[in-house]
Amino acid sequence: MKLDKMTIAAIVLIIGTAIYSMAQAFTALGHATFQFVEMLKIVPPIFLMIGLLDVWVPREMMIKMMGDKSGLIGVMIAFLFGTFAAGPLIAAFPVAMIMLKKGARFANVMFFLTIWASAKLPIIFFQTTTLGIEFTAISNVTLIIVYLAGSFIIEKTFSQRELGQIYKRAEDFNK
Amino acid sequence: MNISTIILYLLSLVFLIISILKDRKKTVMGIKKGFTAFKKILPLLIPLFVIVGVLLTFVTPEMINNILGEESGWLGITFGLVIGSVAFLPPFVTFPFGAELIANGAGLPQVAALVTTLMGVGFVYLQAEMKFFGVGSTLKRNSLAFIAAITVALAVGVLM
Repeated sequence: MKLDKMTIAAIVLIIGTAIYSMAQAFTALGHATFQFVEMLKIVPPIFLMIGLLDVWVPREMMIKMMGDKSGLIGVMIAFLFGTFAAGPLIAAFPVAMIMLKKGARFANVMFFLTIWASAKLPIIFFQTTTLGIEFTAISNVTLIIVYLAGSFIIEKTFSQRELGQIYKRAEDFNK
Repeated sequence: MNISTIILYLLSLVFLIISILKDRKKTVMGIKKGFTAFKKILPLLIPLFVIVGVLLTFVTPEMINNILGEESGWLGITFGLVIGSVAFLPPFVTFPFGAELIANGAGLPQVAALVTTLMGVGFVYLQAEMKFFGVGSTLKRNSLAFIAAITVALAVGVLM
């Protein structure tokens, strides 16, 4: 396996920590393992759904649901997908890739990603119990507005050619 | 297991059953495709979690709490934004963590800034995100999440 920059940075960091303090290095690895296990918990359903989406949802259907002409429906589907999902944002990247590959509109996919990382209906109840209802309401409403507007603005900042390149990446990833 | 994860499992189980009933061969193909997608992101994930582990070891909750106090104002919000952008927690740990900070005397806008960037801005996984979407999209999405965090901090500060 070829070592990329991230792997090298991780190795250097953990060795540096071990030299500084062996106990801290073990604590760090403990944190890493905890995060990794948390991640693994959501791996089976997410990747199962990615695979099933790939074989069952034809391109035409995705274009109709989330494509350029999908309008409000596309935005709502992006919201639902994002809000019901669990797990760290990085788990959303491959899901977004498959959406793009199937012809979903870029702004909708961007909205899906940002919602994944913020307003989550299943944990909103939980959020109200820990952070209070006022805080939860204000922060989620603000986030949804900013992210919705932002997703479409980001799409506008890309030229057709740049968007094409992103779709090409999605195509390559899902080969 | 939290409710969000349970919903996810139930949903995927329903899809799996429907898929098997409709076409067994296609289902197997789907499972294989899903597994291939997972294998592709695994090498990106392992170093990422090690880096986050090291960060979490040196940046303790007490430390963050001292910085984000109710009197910390703009400086506290700025620190919240920066710490949240660099660090990374599972969503289900993020909210109780925020609540704990508030209970210990951290300011609401400061915590809003921290929680939002924790969820949305991933400094440590910038590189991984670029591998998926390319540089432009990655930087713009992270900037958007950063702007959103500032907006939420302001909204919370003004309205509460």
